[in-house]
This record gives sequence, C-alpha cells and structure tokens, in this order.
Amino acid sequence: MELTKLTISQAHEGLKKKNFSAVELAKAYLNKIQEKDKEISAFLTITENLALEKARWIDDKILKKEEINILSAIPCAIKDNILVEGEKCTAGSKILENYLSPYDATVVKKIKEKGSVILGKTNLDEFAMGSSTENSAFGPTKNPHDLTRVPGGSSGGSAAAVAGGMALFALGSDTGGSIRLPASFCGIVGLKPTYGAISRYGLIAFASSLDQIGPIAKTVEDCQVVFDIIKGKDKMDSTSVEVPQFKNWKLEIKNLRIGVPKEYFVKGIDPEVEKVIKNAIKKYEEIGAKIEEVSLPHTEYALSCYYIIAPSEASANLARYDGIKYGYSKIQDPKSKIQNLLEVYLQSRGEGFGEEVRRRIMLGTYALSAGYYEAYYLKAQKVRALIKNDFDKVFKRVDAIFTPVSPFLPFKIGEKIKDPLSMYLVDIYTVSVNLAGLPALSLPVGKVGNLPVGLQIIGRPFEEDKILETGKLFHGENI
Amino acid sequence: MLSREEVKHIAKLARLGLTEKEITDFQKELFSILDYFEKLKEVDASNVKPLSHPFEIKNIIRKDEPETTANKDKLLELMPERKGSYLKVKSVF
Repeated sequence: MELTKLTISQAHEGLKKKNFSAVELAKAYLNKIQEKDKEISAFLTITENLALEKARWIDDKILKKEEINILSAIPCAIKDNILVEGEKCTAGSKILENYLSPYDATVVKKIKEKGSVILGKTNLDEFAMGSSTENSAFGPTKNPHDLTRVPGGSSGGSAAAVAGGMALFALGSDTGGSIRLPASFCGIVGLKPTYGAISRYGLIAFASSLDQIGPIAKTVEDCQVVFDIIKGKDKMDSTSVEVPQFKNWKLEIKNLRIGVPKEYFVKGIDPEVEKVIKNAIKKYEEIGAKIEEVSLPHTEYALSCYYIIAPSEASANLARYDGIKYGYSKIQDPKSKIQNLLEVYLQSRGEGFGEEVRRRIMLGTYALSAGYYEAYYLKAQKVRALIKNDFDKVFKRVDAIFTPVSPFLPFKIGEKIKDPLSMYLVDIYTVSVNLAGLPALSLPVGKVGNLPVGLQIIGRPFEEDKILETGKLFHGENI
Repeated sequence: MLSREEVKHIAKLARLGLTEKEITDFQKELFSILDYFEKLKEVDASNVKPLSHPFEIKNIIRKDEPETTANKDKLLELMPERKGSYLKVKSVF
C-alpha cells in the first residue's frame, strides 16, 4: 500500500486496522518531502519533531485502544501565513523571515486537538498577494504536473504539497482566489468557505473583509472532513459565526438547479478551458441537474473593485510591520546610521517588503488618500454592494453557480510576473466570490494535455454542504 | 503618468522608503493600474449604500476586565530592541 496516495478516510481505516502506525504514516510523508520537494519547493519549513511527537502520541492512544478522531495522525501542511506555535511564520516575506509564532491559530489549535500531524509550513506569495507563488521572498513553487509552470497562488505551496503526495491535506487562505486557483492549477480540491465560517484568529491579515481560511485536499470528502473540524464561532474572531446545520438534508440531483453566468464565458477565456468546463456542465445535466443561463451583470467591474478594496485594507493591515514591535528592522543592521524613528519605518519597510507588496501598499494608500477616497475606495464599496446584489438575485432561482476557476491554464514561471495587470486578470473569476462573502469549491474536472482545469461551484452563504455534495457527484464520490 | 511628487507623497503616507528607480517605476506602473480602475466610472452607483463587509455585523461587547497573557515573554523576545520588558525606539527627531 502506498501511504502517500491515501485519502483521509482510507488512512483512518488503515490506522484503526493497524495496517500501519501513525509514525509509519508520518515518516512516509516526511520521506516523500525529502525526496520530492527539492524539485517542487512547496515547503518553507519542515516541522519534523512536531510531526513525529504527535504521531507517537496517536500510536500510544491506538495501543491503549482509545478512540481516535478521523483527523488523528493525518499528515498535513499549513500555509505559512497561519501561526503554529513555536515555529517560524514568514508569510513569504523577508520582513517576517525570523518571526516565531507566539501562539497557535484557532484552526491549528483545532486540528492539533484532533491529533493531526503537522509536517511543515508551505510557500506562498508574500502576504498572500499574488496568483502564482512567484512573489515569495524565498523563491517560487513549481507545479507538480509540469515543473516549468506555476502552481497558482497564493496558496501554491499548500496545493503543490497535496498534489505532489507530500501532505494528505493542507490549509490555505483565500482573499481573492488563493485557495481555488492553486487547487485548480494543481488538479486537486479546494474550498473557500463563507466569510465568517472559520475563525481568522492567527491568520496573518491581508484584507480583513475578504480573508478566509479553508482546506485543500485530494477529494471533496476530505475537504468536507477538514472543514467540519475547523469551522465555527471563535471568541477570538468577532466576525466568526456558528455555521447553521441543515438537518435531515439530502441532495437530490433532480432538484438541483445550476446557474451558468453568461458573463463568465466571454472573450479572454482559453477555448480549451472553456471546452472542459462546458463538458463538466453537460455531465451534470446528463445526471439530472437543471442547467440554466443566468446573468451577473456587474461581473466586468469585479476585478477593479477587488483591486481597490483588497490593497486598501492591506495598506492599513500592513502598517503594523514597522521595524519596532517585531520582524525585520533596520536598526539591527550594524552598518545602519539611523538617527530617528521615521527612518526606522521607511528603511525597514522599504527593504523588508517585496515588490508586489510595496505596489499594493502604494495602490491602497492612494485609493484611501485625501482627494481620491470617494473616486476609488467609496466607489468600489458601492460596486461591491451591486456585485453582492447580483448574486442574491440569482440565488433566488438557482442552488449553485458554475463557472471556470480561471480563464487560463497554469502558465509558465516568469510569464506574467513582469506585468502586474496581466497577473491580476488571472483572478477575474474568483474575486467576486470574496466580495460577496460566498462559499465556493474548486473541483478538478478535466485536463488540457497534462494541465488540470478546475470548475468553480459557488453556493449561497453557509451552504458549504450543498456545494460539497454537488462536487462529489462529478467523480462519483458517495453521498 | 503620475508625477514624481505624487509618488513620493503616497510613499511618505505609506511609510515606504523607495529608491529613485522605484519611484520612476511606480510613476508608470501605478498609473496603468489606476487607468484600468477608470472602468468603475461607467457604473452609476449614486443611490447605492456602500458595502464594507459581506454580511451585517454588529459590535460584540464584553466586560473590560484585565487578563494575563500567557505568552508575554514570547512577545517581548520578538522585539528588535528592548530594555527589560520595555520596547526601545529611536527618538522622534
């Protein structure tokens, strides 16, 4: 049995039947990382001691015939903008290169309590700002399907780790597509939950009204298992809420109404991608779902709206990196001749932040500055309301909306990095979901050559279960 | 194109130290992105209430009682410069 190819429930069964031990499972993954990550670069830190210590604890429980949770001993990877106590948390930035997490994020605390084995921290675009993982201060991650291509971003390390068999599942974060895009580019499943479904405590903030943590895994079922454990209200995040449960609910395919927005199939989409998505939609029609064309008329404004709101929030959130409280500081440079406080700020931030982060801080500061606030930030907030309104209307008629995750296939490393606008366009189908706070699943539904294509299944607020069950139908996963 | 002065003004507000070349690059780059945002002008949103959060949220209130933080030492250790349990900063002027 190849341990690095199991799903969560298969691994759980194997542990219970004593086909292998928790330590054997952990070591299989640690060895795989050792062997494969040289070429992929998914991990920034390997937490071997933490992993083996946890695995031994679970083996001890199994030996004592204690019940173990479905996530016990399951090896996972954590995006390096989510805090794991005592371990480095860099957010892919030089400014946090040596930052040691003083506490566990709530999601980490929850999976640790269930006995999950944390293998390491994964690469990302600096502060989760990017669509290719090329913006990391520690070098790019490569797509396991084609090493010359990007894995998508910003949770590229998490997605590549799962796709490369180097973790059974991973946690990522999604502000404008950062879970869904890499899941799509790496041919695995990613869930961006409803805003508020999961606590953001211990997630390094990028844009607080858009950020959500979510699972990345090999199957829809695995995503569901992880989501069920990490969701819920947390007193440390006052925007988190209890996810309502739909009792005795079962998905009936013949009652499923799927909306396909015409604005997502216009000029600009790669025709090969469009073909794979259209085929997937046809498959749902064949198994009994009702497909109808719908309209989200403000779609074409979503990207501008997002790229004003996200950098604006980021420029405020990133003010905390000042070279004073923690992180990279110019005053620690023995050659520095800094005399006053302002110089500490300017030089620490100027040198500590990478190119894209500086760009977004500048954009956000501009959009919020006197004289421009109304034309940019306030206008974007109004357009945000219109975008959300579009979804509210459509969701009165349909249960789920199907779109591509991205108009493009995984692109070559270096192809878009010099042209920020061309990189932003990669997110054109994912950003609306964050602006409206909705849940969305990225599901692999086919390939063009050896490159995977993801279908985006968008649901009503807190109807994660519905989009997950809908996703399971495609690959014939049991419901 | 943005003027040099505009870029420098924004950089100062953002507390970002930029090199001369970075300022030159931003003049063009920020302009082309801001130009793309012009698209929003097409939308008539005069009667729309701005949305800052996806859902209605309320203030959550708790009693203002002091608590001890277990990881105070860890937080202190992260400071670039300190004196005992005090954070040390350079002078303002």
